[in-house]
Amino acid sequence: MLKQPTPETAPLVRKRVSDPLPVQILLIGLMLLFFIGFIFLPLGLVFAQAFQKGWSVYLESITESYALEAVKLTLTTVAIVVPLNAFFGVTAAWAITKFNFAGKAALKTLLDLPFAVSPVIAGLIFVLLVGSRTPFGSWLGEHGIKIIFSTPGIVIATLFVTFPFVVRELIPLMEAQGRDEEEAALTLGARGWQIVGKITLPNISWGLLYGMILCGARSIGEFGAVSVVSGHIRGQTNTVPLHVEILYSEYNFAASFAVASILVFLALLTVALKVSMEKKFQKNSSHH
Amino acid sequence: MGIELKNITKKFGGYTAIDDISLNVASGELVALLGPSGCGKTTLLRIIAGLELPDGGKIILEDKDTTNLPPREKNVGFVFQHYALFRRMTVFENVAFGLKVLPRKARPSGTEIRDRVEHLLKMVQMEWALKRYPSQLSGGQRQRIALARALAVNPKVLLLDEPFSALDAKVRQELRRWVRKLHDDIHVTSIFVTHDQEEALELADRIVVINKGRIEQQGTPQEVYDHPANAFVYNFLGNVNVFHGRVHNGKVTLGSHRVDAPDEFKNTEEKASQAFVRPHEIGISRIRSSEADLEGTIQEVRLMGGQIGLNLECEGFEHPIEAEIPRDLYINLQLSRGDKVFVSLNRVKVFTGDYAI
Repeated sequence: MLKQPTPETAPLVRKRVSDPLPVQILLIGLMLLFFIGFIFLPLGLVFAQAFQKGWSVYLESITESYALEAVKLTLTTVAIVVPLNAFFGVTAAWAITKFNFAGKAALKTLLDLPFAVSPVIAGLIFVLLVGSRTPFGSWLGEHGIKIIFSTPGIVIATLFVTFPFVVRELIPLMEAQGRDEEEAALTLGARGWQIVGKITLPNISWGLLYGMILCGARSIGEFGAVSVVSGHIRGQTNTVPLHVEILYSEYNFAASFAVASILVFLALLTVALKVSMEKKFQKNSSHH
Repeated sequence: MGIELKNITKKFGGYTAIDDISLNVASGELVALLGPSGCGKTTLLRIIAGLELPDGGKIILEDKDTTNLPPREKNVGFVFQHYALFRRMTVFENVAFGLKVLPRKARPSGTEIRDRVEHLLKMVQMEWALKRYPSQLSGGQRQRIALARALAVNPKVLLLDEPFSALDAKVRQELRRWVRKLHDDIHVTSIFVTHDQEEALELADRIVVINKGRIEQQGTPQEVYDHPANAFVYNFLGNVNVFHGRVHNGKVTLGSHRVDAPDEFKNTEEKASQAFVRPHEIGISRIRSSEADLEGTIQEVRLMGGQIGLNLECEGFEHPIEAEIPRDLYINLQLSRGDKVFVSLNRVKVFTGDYAI
């Protein structure tokens, strides 16, 4: 039972206006239930399944050549996609926040398109655009360039899906910072590249890094769009998520979950990085 | 000549921000561009700096046509309203920036840069802040650093965009006296933009009053204040009581009263007029001193520091008349709310024409 508030403690209790205790318990309970049901339990299951047949099977599954190839392909994709999207993101955010031009509002809305479209559709768009049955695709094929069912297709699909992360991080930041510092540098005699290098990039560095981490996380985990353009060729066009799916559909559960645990590790690493970034980011942005 | 502007015009879409402005500023002069917000004064300043390009006209700085030069080649120091200090750089790096971005041939050596920065920081009394970041400084301190940074490149012209408006009243006053003193020491040709008439009157050698993209009047603070060219200038330079009425043969109607109009209206035909009286030019007395005095009742008494503000209800006037009297007079006359007093409007300024305010 709750203690009745005594006259001495009553003012303390009443100091803060808060929801009644049952409501608090209910909400916290619901949240805990959600966390257990949707995060802790599945994560635990992944590891339980992965180690179902013991350490040796686990190690074998993740060091087997197809698995290693998949990891390699995923990391290659991330290594290409993140820098490119960082570059595109900075460029787009720059154009949107520093210049005025017709269609700016429309462009700003379109930036979110990759989030709004289902990844499978995104993949299909590229198949329809550069697949071997299209004129452009067959022209490319004649010149020995293969996009669909090969690494370039996977990279392009991932680029599309993860494009908004950096730019969406930067636009509000750059809007808040305005153009004053760049203009000040301009009147002090700085050239364009000096302004970018000494003023703009340092000012957005934390936001940029943060956006890149999110972009990287999504690149690692992207399934839908990549699945459509990949062709699932083992050892060649299989990324880690695709490899997990193949193993699973072959009823090779232990191996499947073992490889999945790599993704879980990468995800946890990303979250950890993100949290430490957020702390630094806040500390730095309070500095003005 | 320090700055010559010839027929500058600037439009944003269909809106004319600057409408054919010509202006000369002598070398070493400190000029205020004074006007309400949106009058085009900041745009004009940005055009001089090269941050905006004019649609027409010429900008000549120290006898050199700089109309189409990029800001980098104009050699203009610019101080921004919100300081625009580089937030990732220390005070030292901020002030040194203009020197460090010079092409290698023109760039001073490391020790020369250090000496120059230290000299400038001493001048703005901020030498202790060398290693601080802008976020660690107060508004007034930041603006001093911004000034030092702008002066580091030895600009031909110093442009200040509402430099004090983001500061508290106290700091603002201190800093503007200090800037005036600094200008007397270094004599760099300067233009500052403000919407605060007090600031312009106190600080500038010359005031240029701008409204709707045009110059209404220019002159020394004394000239502009004592002989405003038109109703807008008069109204903008301080608090006023406005009376709409008619002027005819040397008399002007104020409410239901008629008082003597200034000499230039001696023989005018009857026309619509606006009569202005500044609150502190209104005489208040317990006894009638002339036939023209109005009778009024004190409606409200306001404490305004050294002055006392009175709202007077006068017979025949639609709105209360605002007056300001020295505190001593207020105490001597033993005034309080509801008292009847005599009000003399002896320094009326009359403008005819349909000037809208």
